[in-house]
Amino acid sequence: MSDTAVQTKEVTPQVSGAPVAADALQTRLDAMHLPAGGFTSAARADALTRLRDMGLPGPRDEYWRFTNPRDFNAPAPAPISVPEKMQDSPLFQDLDRLKLIFVDGEFDAVASDSLGLEGIQIETLAQADEVADHWAKGIYGSLEAAGQKPVNRPFAALNTVSARDGMLIRVTGKPSKPVHIVHRRASEDADVTWHHVIRAEEGAELTLLETGMVGARSNGMIEADLARGAKLNYIGARQAVHQKLELSHIFARVESEAQLKAFVLSVNGTLMRHETVVDIVGDDALAHVAGAVLGDGNDGPFHHDDTIFITHGGLRCESRQVYKKVLKNGAEGVFQGKILVKPGAQKTDGYQISQALLLDERSQFLAKPELEIYADDVVCSHGSTTGAIDETALFYLRSRGVPKERAIVFLVLSFLADALEEIEDEDLRGQISDRLEAWLTRHENQ
Amino acid sequence: MLKINNLHVKLEEEDKQILKGLSLEVPAGQVHAIMGPNGSGKSTLSYVLSGRDGYEVTEGEATLDGNDLLDLEPEERAAAGLFLAFQYPVEIPGVGNMTFLRTAVNAQRKARGLAEMSSAEFLKAIRAKAAELQIDAEMLKRPVNVGFSGGEKKRNEILQMAMLEPRMCIMDETDSGLDVDAMRLVADGVNALRSPDRSFLVITHYQRLLNHIQPDVVHIMSNGRIVKSGGPELALQVEEEGYGDLLAEAG
Repeated sequence: MSDTAVQTKEVTPQVSGAPVAADALQTRLDAMHLPAGGFTSAARADALTRLRDMGLPGPRDEYWRFTNPRDFNAPAPAPISVPEKMQDSPLFQDLDRLKLIFVDGEFDAVASDSLGLEGIQIETLAQADEVADHWAKGIYGSLEAAGQKPVNRPFAALNTVSARDGMLIRVTGKPSKPVHIVHRRASEDADVTWHHVIRAEEGAELTLLETGMVGARSNGMIEADLARGAKLNYIGARQAVHQKLELSHIFARVESEAQLKAFVLSVNGTLMRHETVVDIVGDDALAHVAGAVLGDGNDGPFHHDDTIFITHGGLRCESRQVYKKVLKNGAEGVFQGKILVKPGAQKTDGYQISQALLLDERSQFLAKPELEIYADDVVCSHGSTTGAIDETALFYLRSRGVPKERAIVFLVLSFLADALEEIEDEDLRGQISDRLEAWLTRHENQ
Repeated sequence: MLKINNLHVKLEEEDKQILKGLSLEVPAGQVHAIMGPNGSGKSTLSYVLSGRDGYEVTEGEATLDGNDLLDLEPEERAAAGLFLAFQYPVEIPGVGNMTFLRTAVNAQRKARGLAEMSSAEFLKAIRAKAAELQIDAEMLKRPVNVGFSGGEKKRNEILQMAMLEPRMCIMDETDSGLDVDAMRLVADGVNALRSPDRSFLVITHYQRLLNHIQPDVVHIMSNGRIVKSGGPELALQVEEEGYGDLLAEAG
């Protein structure tokens, strides 16, 4: 019987799976130039051990069932031409900000602003890693290592092993303007890894923006350590030609009364996986993570995966996960989100919503919401929906004379509104909203 | 202005005939009211005229100023001068009232070959009209109908009507869910828009709205047809006697 035959065939590689995976990992590592590191050397060695234990993921792994890691496992990405000009102008360019430029993952001091700004210390990983000791030593690779339990995140370990550059940002006060990391592309086959470390000291506040074009393949990471009462607002909006392969990880450790707010906008991309791992370790802290995704399969295959893990370990903490995906022409979206409430984390308020708006019948959304609760006095809720454009609302707009395609743009923006609301700053929110609208308008008639 | 002749309409999804040969003519400048019991097809008529999906016209025609309405998309009907005030105005979170309405006004102007209104012109016009309707300027900034009370939603419909300046306004049970004061505000808004080249078709269950918006003609609708037409006194008769005798008399 053919079913049995298929099953047997599938089982075979699993039996001999380990050596094959180890070979694949070695090939992947051989394709990279691994830095020895200065203050990071021990962390890099630990990460390499972790990585060898875990191996590269396969489609059978619990958290890779919806997203095939093949292209992330490959030794090198397929080259992608570097466009002379993007369709959209760069984001936030009129904003008063401290601009840090990365070209194919390496800091470009000439193109960047001076690193001096009151209330904040900024260095590059590449330079700082020439010495043996540094304030970032206790953070680099350690939040990532902590975030490997209970779910393996091999590409995060790979990042810690291989990252050559990134920003090391220590916030001691309330800098007068946001720090804006801008990525640029130079070569067609760039396989880019960067690793930022942020330490926000007690009561410090930072808005961090990260935008621009990343390489053919990228693996970016932020490790953010928020001390008591610190506040970090992060807005990520990577821009690219469609074919990019993008991995990103945010690992955050949130102490008492600290606040993390992260929003990521994703448009375009063949294969994207964004993992956000937040460990709330103190009381009265807050973590809001949100994402808005626009995918059009007519630009090429589109697959976007948000994998979120929030751990509540303190009293009276609040977390929100708000993820919205708009998918058309065969685009695929994935959401895997978990809230873990540890024993004793009473009065936890945890909320999770993942929603997809499918603009046709060929697109697909897969969601895996999870709650795991070991405290008895908490409020946790999760919801996941997949739907089409609301016909009544569409008719309402059209009956006022708004053309159909324009009305759909309005309704898509309406659908995304909850996620955008997580951006605190009205001006920044407006710029993201304009960007969404521009993309939607370009894709109106496809 | 609006001419409906022998209109037959069925639901697309089930084989159910809703309108069964409805004929009606609303001349320029007049207000006509349609009354009728639940299920007589009043709301279907308003949706079919404004182009909502889900209905199939099997026979008959409807024209506005001589132009065939039934082949047009909803937005084309709006540009041709048709406006439907909804019984349940739709909430659209995340889309500003002002942005929405300015898009609608300019889309219609463009379709009619007129220059688009600038932000400043639009702002000036909408502020003036909002003040007339006692609509708070703050409400204009909020998302479309989100957090509006029942009365605010209906006043917002009238504000849209005032800004879009349609030739033919259909009001689908605009009085439903309104208290007396809110109804008076809405009626005042409508009365202010009455003019010799604008007509109204007011669909209502109750006579009381017609105390505030005086109709020229009242039609009684039953089982997908107009069964009786008359002056404002017909509405009073419905209010006093109910539909029973009228419908029996009309056979």
